[in-house]
Amino acid sequence: MKFLVCISKAPDTTTKIAFTDNNTKFNNDKVVFIVNPYDEWYALVRALELKEKLGGTVTVINVGAADTDAIIRKALAIGADDAVRIDAEPGDAMFVAKQIAEYVKANAYDIVLCGKETIDYNGSEVGGMIAGLLDWGYVSLASSLELNGNTATLNREIAGGHETVEVNIPFVLSAAKGMAEARIPNMRGIMAARTKPVAIVAAVASENYTSIISYELPKEKTGVKLVSADNVGELVSLLHNEAKVI
Amino acid sequence: MPVLVFAESANGTFKKSNFEAVSYGARVAAQLNTEAYVIDFENMSGDVLKSLGEYGATKVYRVASDALKNFDAGLYAKVLNDVAQKLNATTVIFAFNYSGKAIAPVLAAKMNAGYVAGAIDIPVMEGNTIKIRKNVFSGKAIAMYAIHSENKIIALTPNTVAPVKTENKCSVENLEIAINATDSKVKVKEVVKASGKITLSDADIVVSAGRGLKGPENWGMVEEMANILGAATACSRPVADIHWRPHEEHVGQTGLTVRPNLYIALGISGAIQHLAGVNGSKVIVVINKDPEAPFFKAADYGIVGDVFEVVPKLNEAFKKFKAGA
Ligand SMILES: Cc1cc2nc3c(=O)[nH]c(=O)nc-3n(C[C@H](O)[C@H](O)[C@H](O)COP(=O)(O)OP(=O)(O)OC[C@H]3O[C@@H](n4cnc5c(N)ncnc54)[C@H](O)[C@@H]3O)c2cc1C
Ligand SMILES: Nc1ncnc2c1ncn2[C@@H]1O[C@H](COP(=O)(O)O)[C@@H](O)[C@H]1O
Repeated sequence: MKFLVCISKAPDTTTKIAFTDNNTKFNNDKVVFIVNPYDEWYALVRALELKEKLGGTVTVINVGAADTDAIIRKALAIGADDAVRIDAEPGDAMFVAKQIAEYVKANAYDIVLCGKETIDYNGSEVGGMIAGLLDWGYVSLASSLELNGNTATLNREIAGGHETVEVNIPFVLSAAKGMAEARIPNMRGIMAARTKPVAIVAAVASENYTSIISYELPKEKTGVKLVSADNVGELVSLLHNEAKVI
Repeated sequence: MPVLVFAESANGTFKKSNFEAVSYGARVAAQLNTEAYVIDFENMSGDVLKSLGEYGATKVYRVASDALKNFDAGLYAKVLNDVAQKLNATTVIFAFNYSGKAIAPVLAAKMNAGYVAGAIDIPVMEGNTIKIRKNVFSGKAIAMYAIHSENKIIALTPNTVAPVKTENKCSVENLEIAINATDSKVKVKEVVKASGKITLSDADIVVSAGRGLKGPENWGMVEEMANILGAATACSRPVADIHWRPHEEHVGQTGLTVRPNLYIALGISGAIQHLAGVNGSKVIVVINKDPEAPFFKAADYGIVGDVFEVVPKLNEAFKKFKAGA
């Protein structure tokens, strides 16, 4: 089984969000970038578990400039066999999806695994777009993945519960919590990652259909109104009369 | 060139997020000097479908096929693409819920459309460009997006743009689309829904608890509060990780994002990753024994106190209020 895991670079979850150039650019000064948690914890680890059980290879792919090499090494340290970096600044989701879909067309893979969403732009887009471009089946927000020959069984999140689905390879999934437990790379993995192959591939020409014009920060809360623990009735009346939410 | 809205029912009726999407579609259509048509894949009754007129739709097209009884994002996208071509539509609206998140990106690839996932307000037109705001960095910022392509897809974040009622009348028509069952690649084998419970992603009120509750045996009072208020229950990540609560309840950066009208946090510290999933809530109430807990900075109302003392008293007060209301 050949697994292709899409990994993206995301600002560490504790990053203070700020903008520059008249609020048109994200200020990445001093920001620590990590592997997008859904990609690392769930998609990558489940692919590794299945490879360990059934054999095959796990390749990670990233659309990004040279500054993503650190997160690619992290994925290799966790256990991916090799990596591909499509050498381009990631544009919008369709740009990224087209790069990955073109790479998949030229190099046979059985399962493409994405994360549920990137924690910076929160789109949940790239996986579905890859599936649409390849005309493969798409299972979104999958919380488990089992393989039996060429058939995969997955649980996916739906409103108010979950459902079990079956799909034949090849297909694309987006991985949500539950699919695997995060792994911490060990010293051996970190050493091995240094010599694993990273192929740098030129991007194909593609347009951006969307762009970000400007950013703003959400309105700050005006401050909390504290109610005494001995007077819970006051909270109830504030919620009813002032906030009008009950 | 009409605006299409994909609507999906739950047990034969529509949910608030669908009314929001239909109303949103109608408002986008008005800006484009056109009409909003709703697409139904569930062969629902004419009366239920006509009720969408109240939210501004002028027509509902029913696409009926056995193949559509099986939810497959790929097949749904393929059929919607055919519908868009047949009706000459270039703009499609979804609710940014589980099905919208599954279908919209696949359709974007099929239609070659620019897609904004999770819009939070009504778009602004500038010539052929649509500008829309959307939450980014898990609610820590808002970005103004522009869609430049001819075809456009927008998924609307639930509970951000209130539906507007209109006097519109709408008609219901069947639309013949050739559907090839073999185009369906994903087969649903089993659907498991927690019965009777209010779903977290749609709830107007959410009662959430964290490690301050000390153990799963103490969740009785949390569930009681949820019952009294007609709320859904949620929890912080460590609580789900140590299996005190099911992982569907985990909210935050790596869990579910919720934006109810009221979010009540019991014994949760308010770490930045937790806030990322709840900071879109209209009103936040925090009960924590530590006055320095970071959650108070994000709260509208707070009680500094021990949950084991405050919550039972508060439940009594809520009960009294409900009985009087
Ligand atoms: C990459 C990453 C992603 C993460 N994603 C998420 C996420 O999606 N969601 C999430 O929730 N967390 C997430 N976390 C974890 C997050 O950082 C916090 O560790 C977590 O939210 C803390 O949960 P808690 O508030 O329940 O527990 P604690 O931090 O232990 O806080 C318990 C709180 O309860 C209070 N308390 C204790 N006893 C009482 C009492 N008797 N009465 C009243 N109050 C009491 C305490 O004062 C304290 O404030 C993530 C972390 C990382 C690194
Ligand atoms: N630049 C990128 N390179 C590789 N994979 C990506 C990239 N951006 C997003 N992805 C993948 O697509 C998933 C969903 O991203 P998004 O659509 O941006 O929310 C991520 O979890 C990754 O698996």
